[in-house]
Amino acid sequence: MSSAFRLPPSAAPRFLAKPTFFKATMAIVQKDLAAEFRSRELLSAMLVFSMLVILIFNFALELDIKVRQSVTAGVLWTTFAFAGTLGLNRSMAVEKDRGCLDGLLLAPVDRSAIFFGKAISNLAFMLIVEAIVLPLYALLYNEVRIFQPAFLGVILLGSIGYIAVGTLLSAMSVQTRTRDVLLPILLFPVAIPVLLASVKASGGLLNNATFAEILAPLNLLIVYDIVFIAVAFMVFDFVVEE
Amino acid sequence: MIEVKKLVKRFGLKTILRGVDFSVEPGEFVALLGPNGSGKTTFLRILASLSRASMGSVKVAGYSLPNESAQVRAKLGVVTHMPLLYPDLTAEENLQFYARMYGITNFQSRITLVLEMVGLENRRKDLVRTFSRGMQQRLAIGRAVIHDPEVILFDEPYTGLDQDASEMLDDVLRTVAATGRTVVMTSHDLARAEDLATRFDILSRGVITATATQKELKKTNLLTFYKQALVE
Repeated sequence: MSSAFRLPPSAAPRFLAKPTFFKATMAIVQKDLAAEFRSRELLSAMLVFSMLVILIFNFALELDIKVRQSVTAGVLWTTFAFAGTLGLNRSMAVEKDRGCLDGLLLAPVDRSAIFFGKAISNLAFMLIVEAIVLPLYALLYNEVRIFQPAFLGVILLGSIGYIAVGTLLSAMSVQTRTRDVLLPILLFPVAIPVLLASVKASGGLLNNATFAEILAPLNLLIVYDIVFIAVAFMVFDFVVEE
Repeated sequence: MIEVKKLVKRFGLKTILRGVDFSVEPGEFVALLGPNGSGKTTFLRILASLSRASMGSVKVAGYSLPNESAQVRAKLGVVTHMPLLYPDLTAEENLQFYARMYGITNFQSRITLVLEMVGLENRRKDLVRTFSRGMQQRLAIGRAVIHDPEVILFDEPYTGLDQDASEMLDDVLRTVAATGRTVVMTSHDLARAEDLATRFDILSRGVITATATQKELKKTNLLTFYKQALVE
């Protein structure tokens, strides 16, 4: 049996280059997408949950067309926030449960590359869910104005902010025994500014508000995204260390 | 290769390591033995830069922790009782992922070499979730040596393995040790440790209470030495 285990000699030609931040980030994104498209555990859970929320709202509210238009932004962002939390929890739990988080932390790269890798894949999953939920919503609520580019832009900005803070907090909560409960408790209060600004901006766009009227929530969204990405970049190393 | 001085680790009010002094020369295979709760895993996690010491100094491969942790991680391979592998990726994809994280160029040839080393070259395209526990542990060793580390840390690598899988792991560990790498292994399995290691350190209640080389142990056996060290 021993002969089967020939280790390459240590004096082998050098094959190591310094791993770059970008390459490590992209390796994590590629790994997450490959694993998810094979198992479909996370996406299917997020999608089914989102569709159920949309359906429940549809039957529970039974609104006339005018009122429906005013609640569209709220219903959509509630759905995205809940589905996003589900995805954030699962995405980090997969790393923790099999010790793979340690595997990531052992790589000789800046640990904020791990944050960016996980955040980009979480964002990709959230955007995929949103891309499926929006047509479903349009069908059920007869609301096609949600496909205007500015509305989609607000959804992108809001999703970036929500995922940035959510990825950071899920890395924190996954270390605890009560992670499933802890993440929403930590996340929702911190994400209130991004959710309020998103609802306000997207609601304004649907109600034909002027650009000046939605400028304030848009600014808040942009500032929130920048601040939380910067904060996560600086503190992620401390969050994941024992 | 590894130099630890007066290492203290506290979790809140609880002190796990109480001034550990430990050094390992290049090429040594050290078995770190001790009862449950003695601090073995905590000690290895500090060496691996996964945890920070409360006090004391730690140097691995010439770099000090925590200030030069990225340099230390580049020289270090770690195998624990958990394989640190993704079940929904194939063996090859898992190694590709870690090769990219370590900045390995031309990783296909390296992956082939490593898979041959752990005897899994014919399973390279299979999902890790279809592997037995023993096969996963062998692949975990492949993952740990993919970047040709100078130091390898094994934390209870035999946990959950049956007799056959343990014997196969013995072969892999012997081969790893034969290549001149520095190895530190924690284990409860005294017979296996005695067979593989060149030095034995006993960690009890957060301090190293005894050290002996394989030559020194010829006068007695490891079990007697271990029991005496725990009493002290």
